[in-house]
This record gives sequence, structure tokens and C-alpha cells, in this order.
Amino acid sequence: MDTSAPSDKPSDVLLVGKGLERTFVTGEVSVRALRGVDVTLQRGELVVLLGQSGSGKSTLLNILGGLDRATAGTLQFEGKDLTHANDAELTRYRRRSVGFVFQFYNLVAGLTARENVSLVTEIADHPMKPDEALEMVDLGERVKHFPAQLSGGEQQRVAVARAIAKRPQILFCDEPTGALDSKTGIRVLEALDRVNRELSTTMLIITHNVGIGEIADRVLRMQDGRIIEETRPNRRLKPAEISW
Amino acid sequence: MVSRLSPLDIKLLRDLWHMRGQAIAVGIIVACGVAIMVMALGTLSTLRASSDAYYERYRFADVFASVRRAPESLSTRLREIDGVQTVETRIVRLVILRLEGVTEPANAQIVSLPDEGESTLNRIVLFSGRYPEARSPDEIIISDAFAEANALVPGDTLEAVINGRLRTLNVVGIGDSPEFIYALSPGSVMPEDHLFGIFWMRRRALEAAFDLDGAFNNVTLTVAPGTETAPVIEQVDDVLSPYGGTGAYDRTDQPSNAFVDSEMNQLKTMARIIPAVFLLVSAILIHSILNRLIQTERQQIGLIKAFGYSRWEITWHYLKFAIAITTGGVLAGFAFGFMLQDMITHLYAETFRIPDLTWRVDGFALVISSFAALGSAIAGAMSAALGAARLSPAEAMSPAPPVNYHQGWLRYILQMRWLDEPTRLILRHTFRFPARTAANLFGIAAAVMLLVGTLFTFDAMDTMLDRMFFRTNSHDAAVTFFEARNDTAIGELARLPGVLMAEGVRDVPARVVSANRSERISITGLPPDSSLRRLLSADDRYIDMPETGLALSAQLADMLDVTTGDMVTTHILDGTRPVAELPVTAIVDEIIGTPAFMDLAALNALMDQAPTVSGAYLRLDPQHQADFEESVIERPGISGVSLRSAIIASFEETLQETIYIMMGIYAVIGGAIAAGVVYNAARISLTERGRELASLRVLGFTNNEVGYILLGELALVALVGIPIGCIGGIALAHLIATAMATELYRIPVTVNATTLGFAAGIVLVSSTVAALFVVRRVRSLDLIAVLKTRE
Repeated sequence: MDTSAPSDKPSDVLLVGKGLERTFVTGEVSVRALRGVDVTLQRGELVVLLGQSGSGKSTLLNILGGLDRATAGTLQFEGKDLTHANDAELTRYRRRSVGFVFQFYNLVAGLTARENVSLVTEIADHPMKPDEALEMVDLGERVKHFPAQLSGGEQQRVAVARAIAKRPQILFCDEPTGALDSKTGIRVLEALDRVNRELSTTMLIITHNVGIGEIADRVLRMQDGRIIEETRPNRRLKPAEISW
Repeated sequence: MVSRLSPLDIKLLRDLWHMRGQAIAVGIIVACGVAIMVMALGTLSTLRASSDAYYERYRFADVFASVRRAPESLSTRLREIDGVQTVETRIVRLVILRLEGVTEPANAQIVSLPDEGESTLNRIVLFSGRYPEARSPDEIIISDAFAEANALVPGDTLEAVINGRLRTLNVVGIGDSPEFIYALSPGSVMPEDHLFGIFWMRRRALEAAFDLDGAFNNVTLTVAPGTETAPVIEQVDDVLSPYGGTGAYDRTDQPSNAFVDSEMNQLKTMARIIPAVFLLVSAILIHSILNRLIQTERQQIGLIKAFGYSRWEITWHYLKFAIAITTGGVLAGFAFGFMLQDMITHLYAETFRIPDLTWRVDGFALVISSFAALGSAIAGAMSAALGAARLSPAEAMSPAPPVNYHQGWLRYILQMRWLDEPTRLILRHTFRFPARTAANLFGIAAAVMLLVGTLFTFDAMDTMLDRMFFRTNSHDAAVTFFEARNDTAIGELARLPGVLMAEGVRDVPARVVSANRSERISITGLPPDSSLRRLLSADDRYIDMPETGLALSAQLADMLDVTTGDMVTTHILDGTRPVAELPVTAIVDEIIGTPAFMDLAALNALMDQAPTVSGAYLRLDPQHQADFEESVIERPGISGVSLRSAIIASFEETLQETIYIMMGIYAVIGGAIAAGVVYNAARISLTERGRELASLRVLGFTNNEVGYILLGELALVALVGIPIGCIGGIALAHLIATAMATELYRIPVTVNATTLGFAAGIVLVSSTVAALFVVRRVRSLDLIAVLKTRE
């Protein structure tokens, strides 16, 4: 199933995966986690990828994010082929163009909120100021706190600030609210929504929470290693308006 | 049938397998400590057992005495002394040799054999050939080392100047005796096998040659088991003094035995000090590894306790982990120790001429080193294991609280703008775990310390050489006369070809007494303005020979517990044997022995003799040195000539042989400590922070950048640890030098910058190699797993 929007101009295409397959071989057992996925992400759009555990959504995110390589198929970022990129090229791709938000925050315990963000801005070409990134996620007051001194939602917002501070072209969020309650989860989604709207950062959010699909431009649904459905909500809701 | 292991033991084996890299690193350090102990104690017992057996079997004497000329009848009086068992009189003389193809003057000590059969005491172990015929005055047995160095076999001949006459001697046998395990020519500090030998000759031939018919000039005796030698020595002196006795002495002062003793003392010191450093480092490493393991297994421990395992079972489980690692190290240490012992024993066999000096397993060394290693491992593991046992199940099963960093005083440093985040992270991590940082710091410092503390001996050798052969003994040749002579002999020597300058010297045996302390020494009389034998003060400045009183070496002053201005009772053991109260007028710094010096004229006056000398120091014209060597050996009355150049060459040759072996061993063991410490620290850090580092890789950090964060802390620790280790090493050098100092020599503590650099270099290189092993693992960090797993 082709997931690109037919009306879009070619220059708006950021990331294109075609016929992506991924097979994991462990001993004599081989598991086909992706079975020929076509996916296109446009500049500035917010896409939510839904699916049950084991549907292959994380595997797809890992390949699109340059953490893993497809067994078959092609991957292009801004027209440049990443299918056969080596480790150094993938590192460069992640460093320059990609941001990640993890389910369990993955902050560096030994650094304060501001320092966690600086960690990334230091290796970026045109980053925003760390404090500016933290302001965007409403954490301007807590820049000097260590992860252990922040709540889960706050930690995840630091992670969002860390991910956007280098102004990535694309942000991958793997279950960003998976470890949070609804109230704090919504605050994190608000931060992501704001970044998408204000910075026009392309976003792919993985979740099994169907409600989150309501904040997206497009919703993709995966099952058994394939994208089985694509929908476009009539109206993109604000995070506060969604049903959790 | 496979024996059934308990589930906990299976877990233990899996843990060990999983942590094999770290276990091996710690095991190697334990092995080094154990190996050194096994080697040192094993060599010690080999040396002791072999020499004791040799002494026993070949009847090494208990008391030794020299006399100018005593009638044979005196031996009956000696035999009557209480406690004396066997007395053997003999003739012992130093002679000059003329060896084919050897230009330097060579000497031999000729020792008489009875006219028939073998000696009663200090018997010869004959390796080849036979005893000299009673009626053949020119047949000799020569010592094994000398024969080997000069490629002499029975049937060969050599020339010796005996009492001024050149004679051809026939080698009929090759052997050794317990009296000359370590054979030194007078004035020498290391055996020069090709220039000094021991010859045994029938007594009749020597009586004729030295005009000692019916007389002897040396006697050795044994005492009944359990008899004190001191009263015997006193009575021997009484008997011999009217005949020019120079003072009897027992085994402790017998040169060869004293050197063997001093070597054993060094081995004991080595066994005591060096392994302790290794075992301390390994205990600390075991502690940190276990602590980490227990943190990782916190939840499992909770579960195991919830199942009903007792505190003791948990403690024992983790102690077994330490014991398993250490046992591996101990066994490897045994093997490594046996290897080292074999190597060292071979080196010793070159120096110490003891038949059957083959290495043997010393059970005591094995037991004591195992106990020391296991004891230190258990000490290191105990607090971590008890900590695990004390965890309450409920607390243990919940995740450990996150590490609580906070802004401390460090923030003033961290606020510096130019610091990048990775560096800030390194600094914060370093100071967040001060105990761990201190342990790593100690490990690195210990490696450097051990290297400096052992390698300094090579610098010390240089200093010894410089002191002995340039700063104090600045003469080119030393000549010894058969007997003290009028100082006109110096004028004659000065006229020999090639001699630029000659200074007389007189050596007189004496006993110096202060309060209840008494030492048998040799007093050296020097001319007041001597420029060929000079004295140095403790702070390395030349000092003039005091006109009156005694200048004592610092060691002797220590042994007598006297200082400048104190009076000592001096019993001269020669001539009329005067006794005088002499003031200590100077303390001088000497490397070898425990000498005392006196103004030559004052010494002669004390002995109520005309200007007399027993030898001379010479400065030679290098252009005409060969002429000198040619002419000096033909002079009558000269018993020995030693050339400084020959002594230095032999000294350096001996050092060269051992220097690379020893440096190699030290470098390997020092490097092993550093590598073990760094490898462990890096592995622990990688385990703890693997998730964090993988996250950074996901965020776009390169392997090298992540490697920097992982290892920067260790680099910082090394940077601080190395200078600390250098300082510790100098302190260790002082400790070792003090512990190893004997009456024979002391080791000056000199540590050159190159030695510090070498030690630092070894530690840096081995740490870097160890670190690179860990950095390889950064490449295999699972980037995908970190997205999904909770800490």
C-alpha cells in the first residue's frame, strides 16, 4: 500500500521507504518483522503509526531512523540513498537530520536538564540554544535539575527538548507517552505538537494508544509487518482535546 | 554421571563466564603477586637448602683466621679451646697470574691442601680430574668458574707469579669448595670469573714457595653443635695474636657466606613487600567488581531471599565468586612463579657456585601465598557480599533508586564556558563516585609505584658505579702487597712505566667498640691529601681526611650507634695490637662494606711503626697501560693488582646479563596491574552506563565520542595517578633500599627521570591497550534495545 499523499509536490518529500523488508534470524528460527512496507513522509507532517505489539512498527522506526538496515527494499532521505549506508554514514544521518524521543526518556543521569540538551547541541550544526529548547517544552524553570529531581513527564519533555534542539528535519518518537499517565502524557504531546507546528519538524510517533492518532495529519496502521490502513482525520485535534 | 550443581552454583559459573574478561584481569594481578612470592620464597629455600647441604657435606668451617706466620705446633693449642671440634691449618696466598690472551692482571687465591689426601674442612667437590700428587709441586686444582671462563681443562697449564717467581702450573682437576660459593678478589664487588680464580695446591709446595716450612698463615675450625662462636673467636685471637693474627671471624663475616646471606635477605624482602602491593590492588578490584555485580543482581538477590535463602548463603555465594577468581589466579601464579624461579635459579647458578642448585617446589611458599591471596580476596569481597546479604527482599526487588547527582562545589569548575558536555559528564562522574575514583587512582598509582620501586635499582647501579669508580675510587689500579712494607715501595711503584701517580694505603684489621656494640672492620689509612681515594659526605661533597680520629662510614656509625665527636675503643688486630680511644671525626658516605678511614701517618703512629703501607693506588697513563701491566707482575712482593677498567667492564657485563630479564619481568607485572585496573574500571563503567552510551549513539554520537566519555574518566585518573605513583615509587624505593641494605653494601636511592618516564610509559601503554579492548565493545552496543528497555 502506497502511503504517500497523491497531491504533494516532489520537493515536499522528505523520506521514502519502498518495499522495506526485515527478517530476523535467530538460530533456525527466522521472523519476518517487515513484509514489504512502502512509506513516504512529507516535510512538516505529523504522522502517527498505530499497531499492536509485534506488528513491526518499532522495526520500521529503527530502519527509518538509521538504527537498523532493511533486509530488502530501499530507503531515501531527501533523494539520497540510505539503503547501503555504512555505520559512519548512518551516524552522520542521525547526527544531522534525525531526532529521537524514547519511551523511557534515556536521559544522562549525570547531567542537568540543560546539560542533557547541550550534549546534543554541541554536536549539531545549527542548533537552538538549550534554554530555548527547554522553554518550548515549558521547562524554562527547571534547567538546572538533574533527571533524578524531575518527574517522569518532565524527564520526557527534557528528552523532547534534547531531540528538537538540534533542529532535526525529522523526529521519531517511540511510545513517547508509554510510561506516563494521561495528564503528563498530554503535556508531552502538547510539547511535540507545538514543535511540529512552530518548527515544521516532520514527526513520526509510534504508539498503540489509538486516541493519539487524533493529533496527527495522517494515521498509519500496521499489522503483521505490513501497513494495512492509512487515514487522514478530518480535523487535527489539540492534545488536550483527545480521548486518552 | 554429571554431578549436580546447586542452582546458585550454576548461576555463579554463568556469572564468572559472563565476566570472564574482568575475572581474568584480576586473576592475572593475583597471579603476579603469588608468582613473586613463590619465586622469592622458593628461590630462598632452594638457596638455603642447597647451601646448607653443601656446607654440611663438604664440611664448611665455622671459624676462620689469618695469621702472619704461626708454627704448626699452635694447632694443638687451638684444638684445646673449649667447643672446638676440628682444626685445619693451611697456607692461603694471593698470587698474580699471567693468562694467555688476557692483558689485564689476573689473580688467584691459592689454598693449600694437606700433603696427603683431601682437606678435613672446606673440602673440594671435584668435577673433573684428580687431586695433585703429593710430590708434584706444580699441580693444581682450579675453581670451576675460573676454568669455565678461561676454557681451561685438566691437562692445561698456566703461569703464576709466586713470591716474585714466574712458575708454570699444571691443571689436574676442576672443583669448588663451600668456602667460595661467591668468589671475590680483594677490592672487588662482583665476581670476575675470568680474572680471579681459586687454586688448590699441595701444602709442601706452598711452604717452600712462601718460606713457611712447618708454619701456617691461615686456620679454619669447626665448633661442636650449639657452641657459641664468640668465646671461641676470642680464644683463637689470644692464641694467634703473638704471631700476627689479624682477628678470627665466623661464618657471618666470611665473605662468600655473607653474600649468600645478603642475597637471601633480599629475597625475603622481595617476598614481603612486592606481593602485598599486588594483593591489595586485586582486593580492591574484587571489591568493585562484586559491588557492581550485586547492584546488577539486586532484584535477583531479593528474589532468592524471598525464596528463603539465608544471609549466610547469599554471603557465601558472593564470596565464592571472589574465591573462584582468586583460586584461578593462585594456580596461574604457581605456574608463573615456578617459571620465574627456574629463570632466577639459572641466573643464581651463574653467580653462586653451589652444586645441585636446581629449583625445587617450596610447599611453605605455596601455602603462604595461597593464604595471602585468598585472605586479601575475601577481605576485599566481604563488605560487598555482606551488603548483598543485608538487602531486604522487598527493597531489593524494587529498582534501585537513580543515582542522585547534585550540584556541589564542582559546579564552580563545571560552569566554565569552555567545557564541553562530554567533559562535564566525565568530571561529574569522576567526582560523583569518590570511592571508586580513589580505588582506580590507587590502582594506577600502585602500578607506577611498583615499577619505579623496582626499576630504580638500575639507576642505583649507575650511582654505585659512579660513586665507587669515579667519585671515591678515582684510581686506575690498586696494588696489594703480600705484607705491609716501608713506604719507599710507593716510590718504586711510581717509577714503573705508565704510572703517573702513586699513593700509599694501609689496611689494618681492627675491632671497634662503643658501649656494648662491637664490630670487626678494616681501617684504611690514607694520605691526608689523597686524590686517588677520596671521601664523600652524606650530602655528596668531598671532605678532607681528618688529621686525627676515625672517619666512619655512615653504616658503621649506625651499627655502633655513634656520631661525630663520640669516642670509640679501637683494638688494632695486627702488629703489637694497640688499643686506643679514638674520636669519630667524620662520617662518610660509602656504598660498599662498612669501612673506617684514618690518616695514614696517624695510623702508623698508633701502631708505633715507621711509615708503612700495605698497598697502593695508582693513576696510569692510558697510552702506556700495557707496559705497566707487563712490568708490575714481575715485581716481587706484590700479591694482587686490580684494574678499575676491568672491574667496571665485569660489573657492566654482569648487569647487562640480568638487566633485560629483570626489566622485562618488572615491566610485564607493572603493566599487568595497570591493564587490570583500567580494563575492570572500563568494563564496570560500560556495564553501568551501556544504556546511556547507546542512547548517545542513537542521538548521533560517533563511536569515538562515546569512547571519549567512557574512557575520559580513566584518562583523568591516569593523569593524576601517574605522578602520585611516581612519588609513591620513590618512597617504595627508599623502603626497599633500607630493607635490603646489609653490611656488605647498601643501595643508594637514585631515581632518574628516564625511569619515571619508563614507568609512566608502561602504565600508559598497557592501560591504553586494555582500554581499547573495552572500546571495541562500544561498537557492539545494542542501539535498538535501549529504546525499549527501562533502566
